[in-house]
Amino acid sequence: MNAPRRRKPHRFQIFKEIGGRPFAFTAGLSFVLMLALWAVLSYTKAVNPVFLPTPSQVMAEMTKQLSSGEYWNFIGISVFRVSAGFVLACIVGIPLGIFAGTFKYAEALVEPPMEFIRYMPAVAFIPLIMVWAGIGEWAKILLIFIGCFFQLVLMVADNTRRVSADLLQASFTLGAGRWKAIETVLIPAIQPQLMNTLRLILGWAWTYLVVAELVAANSGLGYAIMKAQRFLNTDQIFVGIIVIGLLGLISDRIFAFLNRRLFPWA
Amino acid sequence: MEAVKQQIQAREEPVVPTSGSTRAAGQRGEIVIAGLGKVYESKKSRFAALSDIDLSIGSNEFVTVVGPSGCGKSTLLRIVAGLDEQTDGSVTLDGNEVIGPGAERGMVFQGYTLFPWLTVRENIEYGPKLQGISTLERRAISNYFLKVIKLESFAAAYPKQLSGGMKQRVAIARALANRPKVLLMDEPFGALDAQTKLDMQEMLLEVWEKEKTTVLFITHDIEEAIFLSQRIVVMGANPGRILKTFDVKLPAQRTPEVREMPAFLALRRELGQLLKH
Repeated sequence: MNAPRRRKPHRFQIFKEIGGRPFAFTAGLSFVLMLALWAVLSYTKAVNPVFLPTPSQVMAEMTKQLSSGEYWNFIGISVFRVSAGFVLACIVGIPLGIFAGTFKYAEALVEPPMEFIRYMPAVAFIPLIMVWAGIGEWAKILLIFIGCFFQLVLMVADNTRRVSADLLQASFTLGAGRWKAIETVLIPAIQPQLMNTLRLILGWAWTYLVVAELVAANSGLGYAIMKAQRFLNTDQIFVGIIVIGLLGLISDRIFAFLNRRLFPWA
Repeated sequence: MEAVKQQIQAREEPVVPTSGSTRAAGQRGEIVIAGLGKVYESKKSRFAALSDIDLSIGSNEFVTVVGPSGCGKSTLLRIVAGLDEQTDGSVTLDGNEVIGPGAERGMVFQGYTLFPWLTVRENIEYGPKLQGISTLERRAISNYFLKVIKLESFAAAYPKQLSGGMKQRVAIARALANRPKVLLMDEPFGALDAQTKLDMQEMLLEVWEKEKTTVLFITHDIEEAIFLSQRIVVMGANPGRILKTFDVKLPAQRTPEVREMPAFLALRRELGQLLKH
């Protein structure tokens, strides 16, 4: 007697959900693999220890740095620069983006130049920024601002244009005029997407921070990395990179948390 | 005990605030559509979506427009709503020409257009809030309509928590909470399953009995049109035009049994024949 053969479905199905635990396990595994590769390459001295410190060296260095007040000052000043540049870009960029996404005339006025400037590498502005703003705090904030602002405007405009026209029309038939429709439909409707956009932009802000601090600074995490490079302290470079990564991760998680908290309807 | 008494009173005589109403006394919600045409023109082609539409709808009348897809029935409704512009003719409401959307012409769309960031209650209160009606009065209005659509227990829910039928009930309540002179409905039950659709039709008639507003209802479902309306306008395509108008001679009180009456079946057959060609 032949029992019907049951073939087990393949584990890797396109787009198929795998559940929270397998996902977390696999995510953890990828970190472990990375760490293992690093450990093998460094402990066996397959790579010159000057170039690649061991995980234990980096851990020791991290503990040392994080117990010094100066390093926390560096973290503080870096967080300040990122926040200042990012917040400035948001204050100017979000209203401008909403405006450009709402009215076609505003789109024509704002977007073509932005598309143009967006392709200019922010880093290439550094010499110009130094001429304009010197090498003080404003120079760093300005670079982060330039790096974020143009992308932000375009992305917010796009978020705005994606709002369903049906919702707008519904508000019109309920008696809303143009400005009321912007206030009561467009702005609430884009908020969840806007938070995602801000999350992305904040990631870029960290990138530009390091660039700014590598060029002209005597404080901050980028400066710490730069200084360590001068003395070939690769373990310190690793600490700097990991700390920046952690800060980025923390801010990203805060955004994700706020998104779920503020917009339960989405 | 006191609460129960209040409830009973409320059921007998729903108190609906009338201040700030767009449907003031003496205003009747009469629509006159005259010589209406809509042509889409490009360099290469010319397409008449609507041609020479004449239609008058009386105060508190329930009129349904049926027709095959592409006959321009939705375009007609959108022009009356002020969401589309005609290329010919005019639409007037109580003698005033329609030039753009407004609160006196409420609309229920085929797709789900509840504001997802507002709760069911806030959605219903959206129009009254725009009109500047006080919080207390708004609360009374939403309480009344939540009761009418039997969704009191969902007042604080967000639209994503509702089924399709519930969403459309809220959409109807949202439109009526504004006390429009005219209610425009664009295949509002088109996406619902058969049983929900029947329930919604009965609920709509109940609400209409209470609210007495002019209704212009678009559908491609012949039985829906007969069950709901006092008059049926049949449209044909290419160009979009009115083929024929029928008075529905059925009892004013539409119970489910109406669907089996000879007059209902005869009208269904006639409309079916007409729409076949």
